[in-house]
Amino acid sequence: MLWYWKHVGPRRIVEFILLTIFAIFFAGPLVNLLVLAFSEKWNYPNVLPQIWGFKWWEFVLAKDDIVSSISLSFLIATLVTLLSIVVCIPAAYAFARLQFPLKRMFLFSFLLTHAFPKMGLYVSIAVLFYQIGLMNTLLGVVLIHMINVLMFMTWIPTAAFRNVHRAQEESARDVGASPFKVFRSITLPMAMPGIVVASIFTFLNSLDEAQGTFLVGIPDFKTMPIVMYSIISDFPSSAGAVFSIILTLPTIILLVAAQRLVSADVLASGFQMK
Amino acid sequence: MQLSVRELAKRYKTGDGVGGINIEIEKGELVTLLGPSGCGKTTVLRSIGGFLEPDSGDILIEGKSVIGLPPEKRPTSMVFQSYNLWSHMSVYDNLAFGLKIRKMPKAEIRGAVADALKLVRLSGFEKKYPAELSGGQQQRVALARSLLLNPAVLLLDEPFSALDAKLRHEMREELREIQTKTGLTMVFVTHDQEEALSLSDRIIVMNHGRIEQIAQPHQIYDEPASLYVAGFIGKMNFLEGVAEEGGIRIGSLVLPNGKELRGRVTAAIRPEDVQLSANHGTEGVLKGRVKQIMVLGHYAEVTVELAGYGIIRAFQSKEAMQRLQAGQEVGVSISKLTGFPVEEAKAN
Repeated sequence: MLWYWKHVGPRRIVEFILLTIFAIFFAGPLVNLLVLAFSEKWNYPNVLPQIWGFKWWEFVLAKDDIVSSISLSFLIATLVTLLSIVVCIPAAYAFARLQFPLKRMFLFSFLLTHAFPKMGLYVSIAVLFYQIGLMNTLLGVVLIHMINVLMFMTWIPTAAFRNVHRAQEESARDVGASPFKVFRSITLPMAMPGIVVASIFTFLNSLDEAQGTFLVGIPDFKTMPIVMYSIISDFPSSAGAVFSIILTLPTIILLVAAQRLVSADVLASGFQMK
Repeated sequence: MQLSVRELAKRYKTGDGVGGINIEIEKGELVTLLGPSGCGKTTVLRSIGGFLEPDSGDILIEGKSVIGLPPEKRPTSMVFQSYNLWSHMSVYDNLAFGLKIRKMPKAEIRGAVADALKLVRLSGFEKKYPAELSGGQQQRVALARSLLLNPAVLLLDEPFSALDAKLRHEMREELREIQTKTGLTMVFVTHDQEEALSLSDRIIVMNHGRIEQIAQPHQIYDEPASLYVAGFIGKMNFLEGVAEEGGIRIGSLVLPNGKELRGRVTAAIRPEDVQLSANHGTEGVLKGRVKQIMVLGHYAEVTVELAGYGIIRAFQSKEAMQRLQAGQEVGVSISKLTGFPVEEAKAN
């Protein structure tokens, strides 16, 4: 061992130490979570569980309200994603292509929803929802989720549309494509990576949203994060661990898919204010 | 006429624009719109292509007005300066896009694409993507895409200006070759006079939104129609003279001039039309002193200070150059000039 350290030099040793600290901080809780989810008995001071098993998986998956919360969460996330695409993509195209007064201000105003403490914003929206009867409705929950993602869902596709050069659209017109055909065959496909990234972000954000849902959706709309709260308070931590893994799975799958589709610079270009 | 532009005018909010544009182009001609940036050449080209709607005037292609038609309905095709290709499509799909819209059968498309790629010497590039191509290759693909639509007029908007000098030269020759092979009518926009002179059947020189001259390259060079054209194309000396019967007088020299002029004139003289000799005392020469000799390869540019007339530059052969040295007194004679009224000089 010692000969190895002598060989690599002090720079490498520092790097190694930093990496180890990072790994412990980053992966430690995740490993703990995984072990916890598959343990049936795990008492202090044992380093590993005394009994391994799927008991808590069976328990979690057998509870009706948990299973229904999973399907509800996915339903809401899908609705939120589709609706934000319908609302935000045309807006993004307008921001990228059209000239209108106060354009920059409008684009910047999307930041406002992230500037205030979330709870304050949600409470004032809840007051409004009471008056128009949107409390405890699917639409209410979907709307409150959409407020969270407006900014990313507009900014990232705006940048993506901007990256489609005007000459590329004009060339398509030139060879005979109608304006609609140009949008469908040229502009939209070229902006697609940015739109996909924004959509995935929206989907995951909706899956994860708890505060707003808690305020607007209770008692009928219990999504996964809401149910998570009650599980953590009512059952042993193993049940919570199982549920966290279920909640994390779609995130991991979608992120891996997104990584294959787009490079980091597409994401980064979403935050350029032009 | 393949293309007629009549009294075209377009004003922008900034006050720039073009006006009084009249152009007639015959089938198979390659005509260049030449001028400095902001002179309106691109405005004219984009109006022909349908990307700009002019304020007034008419554009006829093969006798039919195309005013009001969108680009996709016009029998023109345009090659842009850059960003021509669709990066999410292969070269084949880029070329086939227009043909698919025209509902051409697949087998025919394949043949047409292969032919067009052969014409631009990119055979076998069908499966490549634009990002895998060099700048020159991308412009060739764009050219091929326009060629296979067999447009009535092919429009080229500074298509080679983003390429390096050597490649630009090659592309120029290639375009000329393709033009000869296909017999297409082309309108080429450039700010590069060398490109215009070497490429064109005719050149349209533009300045400040107006046409200064339409003529063949050698005419543009030898018989500039305005002081602006005289100064814009090639190197030129400008000397003050006086118009009198039989020509223009500069000091003791009187030289014939085609135009009827009166009073004070500006004489434009090419450096190659200036001769230097050792005998500076005789009649028929201007007295001067050599200020500087700049060797430019097979010839030299000699700067001579003329007594009372300022500076004149002369191109001299290697042999002549060896007899000269800075500070030497020389006799300057001029073999050819073009005169312009002085007022015009002020206007420019």
